[in-house]
Amino acid sequence: MAPAGSSLIYPIPHPLPLDSGQALEAAEIAYETYGTLAPDASNAVLVCHALTGDQYLASPHPITGKPGWWERMVGPGKPIDTNRHFVICANVIGSCMGSSGPASLAPDGQPYAMRFPVITIRDMVRGLVALLDGLGIARLHAVVGGSMGGMQALSLAANWPDRAARVLVIASTARHSAQNIAFHEVGRQAIMADPAWAAGDYYASDARPDNGLAVARMAAHITYLSEAGLTEKFGRRLQDRDAKGFGFDAEFQVESYLRYQGSGFTRRFDANSYLYITRAMDYFDIAEEHGGKLATAFAGTQARFCVVSFDTDWLYPTAESRHVVHALNAAGAKVSFVELSAPHGHDSFLLEHDQLDRVVKGFVE
Amino acid sequence: MTRPVSSLRPDLAAIAAHVAPGSRVLDIGCGDGALMAELESVSGCDARGMELDGALVERCVSRGLSVVQGDANLDLANYPDKAFDYAILSQTLQTATRPDLILDELLRVGRRAFVSFPNFAHWRTRAALLLGGRMPVTRALPVSWYETQNIHHVTVEDFRDLARMKGARIERAWFFSNEKQIGAPAANWRAEFAVFELSR
Repeated sequence: MAPAGSSLIYPIPHPLPLDSGQALEAAEIAYETYGTLAPDASNAVLVCHALTGDQYLASPHPITGKPGWWERMVGPGKPIDTNRHFVICANVIGSCMGSSGPASLAPDGQPYAMRFPVITIRDMVRGLVALLDGLGIARLHAVVGGSMGGMQALSLAANWPDRAARVLVIASTARHSAQNIAFHEVGRQAIMADPAWAAGDYYASDARPDNGLAVARMAAHITYLSEAGLTEKFGRRLQDRDAKGFGFDAEFQVESYLRYQGSGFTRRFDANSYLYITRAMDYFDIAEEHGGKLATAFAGTQARFCVVSFDTDWLYPTAESRHVVHALNAAGAKVSFVELSAPHGHDSFLLEHDQLDRVVKGFVE
Repeated sequence: MTRPVSSLRPDLAAIAAHVAPGSRVLDIGCGDGALMAELESVSGCDARGMELDGALVERCVSRGLSVVQGDANLDLANYPDKAFDYAILSQTLQTATRPDLILDELLRVGRRAFVSFPNFAHWRTRAALLLGGRMPVTRALPVSWYETQNIHHVTVEDFRDLARMKGARIERAWFFSNEKQIGAPAANWRAEFAVFELSR
C-alpha cells in the first residue's frame, strides 16, 4: 500500500483513547508542514483533509505525482500565506498515507485489517491534538477544513475550544444525514461485495478489492458534483464512438469519466481505510455528543468562526451550514457565514473560486 | 465632544456617534460593513452583521468583519434575548415583509435599537404624488415602484405610532435633509431620512 513518502512521522507517545472505549497503542501521525513556526508558536494553521484526502496539501502526491490538493489556496502569497503562517496538514488516523490505519501493522506484526478499532471524527481530532502537543502548539491561529476537514475543525472547536482562535468550515456539516449515510453504505457494500475484499484480510494477497473500491468511488464522486456540472461537462455525449453500440462498454462520456475516477482512486487508497473513514463520518453528530443541542457544543467559545457553503452542493447543502451558524449565534459566538455561488457542487471548495480565496484570506489573516 | 469627520452616510454617522463604546452590536442589513468597521475601530465595539446579499457578505468577511448571510425576516429568531446592547436596522425596515415583527425582534435581541428609514411624508414625496399623480422617484427614494425593494413605505409619524403600539420608548431621534441634520419640528414634512433610538 501507500508509502509515507517524504512525510514526517509523529509517534503519539501515549495510547490514544477512542470514543469506542478502546485505545490505539503506538499510533503514528504522518504530516507535512509549510512555512516556519514563530518562536512563540502563534502562527500555526492546521488544515484538515477530506475523506480521501491526505497530508499532501501543497506538495506533490508521492503516488500520483499530482500537485498538492489545495496548492491553489496554500503557499507563499496565497490566501493561506506560508510566508506568514506555519501550515500543518496531517493524515487522519484510519487513513492510509502513513498515519495509523487498518493497513498498518498491529503489535503482532500483521496488518490490523478489520481488527483496527472503529474510529470517529473526534478520534481523528484526538490524533491531531496529540500532534499539536508534540509540535508545542498550544493554540492554533486557525483551523481550516472542507467537507470532512470541516467536521474535524468543528469537532476541535467543540471539544478543545482553547486550541484554535479561528475556525473555518467550508462545504461541511455538523451531522451526517440519512442521505449521507445511505450513499456511504452503497460504497461500503460495493467493497464488501468484492470477493477480493476477503473480510478485509487482503493485504498478503495479490488480489485486492479494487473493483469494489472503484465502484464506491464512482458512487461517491457523483455526490461531489452537481447535476448541471455533469450535464455541462458530459451531457449525453458518447465516448470515442459515433453511435450507440448496444452493449455495456463505457459508451457515454460520463461513464468513461467515472470509471477513470474509480480506477485511479484504487491506486492511491486502501479499501479498508475507506470503510473506516466513511463509518467515522456517518457517526458524526456534534449535537449528539453534547446532549442533543448543537449550541451547547459551542457554549462559551472564544473562537471566531467562518462558515462557507456552495449553492450547488447537495451533499452538504447550505441548510446544514445555516444549522451550524444558527447554533453558533445562539451560543453567542463570533461567526461569519456566506453561501457562495459555484456551478460544481460539493467539489467547488477544491476548485478555482476567487470569492472563496478572498473569504479565506480575509478570515485567516 | 468633537469627533473626526466620518465618511459614513449621515444616518449611520448619527448611529455611530451614539453607540456607547465597547458595546455588543448587531447591524442588520449591514451592507459592505462600513458602520461595523467604524464601530469596531473607533468605538471598540464587538460588532456582528447580517446581510442578505452574498457579494456584500463576502466583502465584509474579507475585511475581517463577522457577518452572517441571512434574512432579517427569518434569521433573527436564532439569537438569544438581549444578546446585544444595540440592534441596528438601517434603511431596511421598509424592505421587510413584516416591519412590525422585525421591530419586535430588534427589541428582543438588543437592549436598545437604532432604526433608520427614508420618510415617505417628506414634502418632495408628497408633492410628487399630489402634483405628479405618480409614485415618487426622489433623491431619497431613487428607484421606480416596479423595481424598488421598499415594499412598506413609512413616515416619521407612522413609525412613532408603531413604536407606541409596540410599547417601545423613543429615546432619541435624528432627522436629515440634503445630507444634513435638521431639527425635530415638522420633521414629518422636512426630513428625508429619520433615525430613532428605541428601548423597551
